[in-house]
Amino acid sequence: MNLAQIIEKLNLKVLTDGGKDFSQMTPSGGYASDLLSCVIAGAKQQNIWVTLQAHSNIVAVAALLDLCAIVITENAIPDDETTQKAREENIIILLTPEPTFSIVGKLWELGIKNG
Amino acid sequence: MSENSAVKGIIIDDQVAENITRVEELSYELKVGEVMTKNVKSLSPEMKMGEVLDFFRQDRISGAPVISNGSLVGVLSIEDLIHALIHSDMESPVGKYMSTKPITVRDSDQVVEALKIFVSTGLGRLVVVDNDAKMVGIITKGDITRGLLKALQREIQAEELRTYRASHLFEDIESDRTSLILRYNIKQGDFLRGGQASSHIKRALLRLGASPQLARKCGIAVYEAEMNLIIHTTNGGVIRAEIEPNKISIDAYDDGPGIKDIELALKPGYSTASEKVRELGFGAGMGLVNISRCVDNMKLESAWGKGTRLSMKLFLQEKEVVGEGRSSTS
Repeated sequence: MNLAQIIEKLNLKVLTDGGKDFSQMTPSGGYASDLLSCVIAGAKQQNIWVTLQAHSNIVAVAALLDLCAIVITENAIPDDETTQKAREENIIILLTPEPTFSIVGKLWELGIKNG
Repeated sequence: MSENSAVKGIIIDDQVAENITRVEELSYELKVGEVMTKNVKSLSPEMKMGEVLDFFRQDRISGAPVISNGSLVGVLSIEDLIHALIHSDMESPVGKYMSTKPITVRDSDQVVEALKIFVSTGLGRLVVVDNDAKMVGIITKGDITRGLLKALQREIQAEELRTYRASHLFEDIESDRTSLILRYNIKQGDFLRGGQASSHIKRALLRLGASPQLARKCGIAVYEAEMNLIIHTTNGGVIRAEIEPNKISIDAYDDGPGIKDIELALKPGYSTASEKVRELGFGAGMGLVNISRCVDNMKLESAWGKGTRLSMKLFLQEKEVVGEGRSSTS
């Protein structure tokens, strides 16, 4: 399951594309938390991260950990500075109105597990 | 599948459109003169179409400018040649079939200007002129593609060279003990720049030839220390990373307020972060725990009212040494 398929199946809105070809990216698994230190401790390289945090530090965390993409839930919209920073760091940010729980459930059904 | 399901999910909005890729940026940076074909052969209006056929065939070209008395009067393309062939009119002069008032671009224009003209006119080639309207070359879509690829290649080579130079940093310098010291001043409350020091240290290590795993471990340790300075200090603090071929020592220090109970501070899940900071996703009480998992040696010293110093050390295995000619693969 590549990122382009995930975006289509989950109806995610692409906020920043990181200058990358989604069809060439396959998440190694997923992680969900709103506590950044937990993400740092738990998320693995190329994981897809589901959170409702939308401030600029999510970009720093995603860059630090080489994450595949960030999915921001419940209609939280990052401010312009965060979006700008994501572009500079080539970080993919995806948006959804759905809550974290359902996004994680759907990802799991698509075979994205805690790998 | 519904009609629009193929594109569902990838909504191209203004923000995506703004998201300029490197190639697009390059089309703004490169000048037409840098990618065009120079020394272009030209035709004269009096030349016969039959001669043009031989000329195009020999030089394997599909169009050429037409020059009369030193100035540009038209362009003749292979399509024009086909027209003449259809009418069996190969004895006629170029002037009869060429397109007059050719569209030109200037050599000082950005490549993107030429691209725009290609898109809006459907033309295959444009004549390039200088500021005195004198022809200096021809530009095709193929020239642009080649020019962009070359520019990208140059950038990749430049980064490789930077990495190579950095990865040999310690090799040519003789001393009893050589090290590279990086210092970052961290401002209290500066969440916007949070993560900058760690990302800079991570990049420096990769250029020095550190493995991606090592760079990641250091990045995490510095990130947590950096956020601690942003969140918990009175006046901010300093991150100081000393890189030696076989050891990395990182110190994060500040001048207050200090930690009241060090043992408690080291306990997983304990945090003194304010409600406001917690809303940003910090204050999980995992920062120091994360650091200790990433480094080989961690020491936390603090005096209430004076300040705190967190010292971290990573010892590198033989195969991991940085700055001595081992280039990172990432």
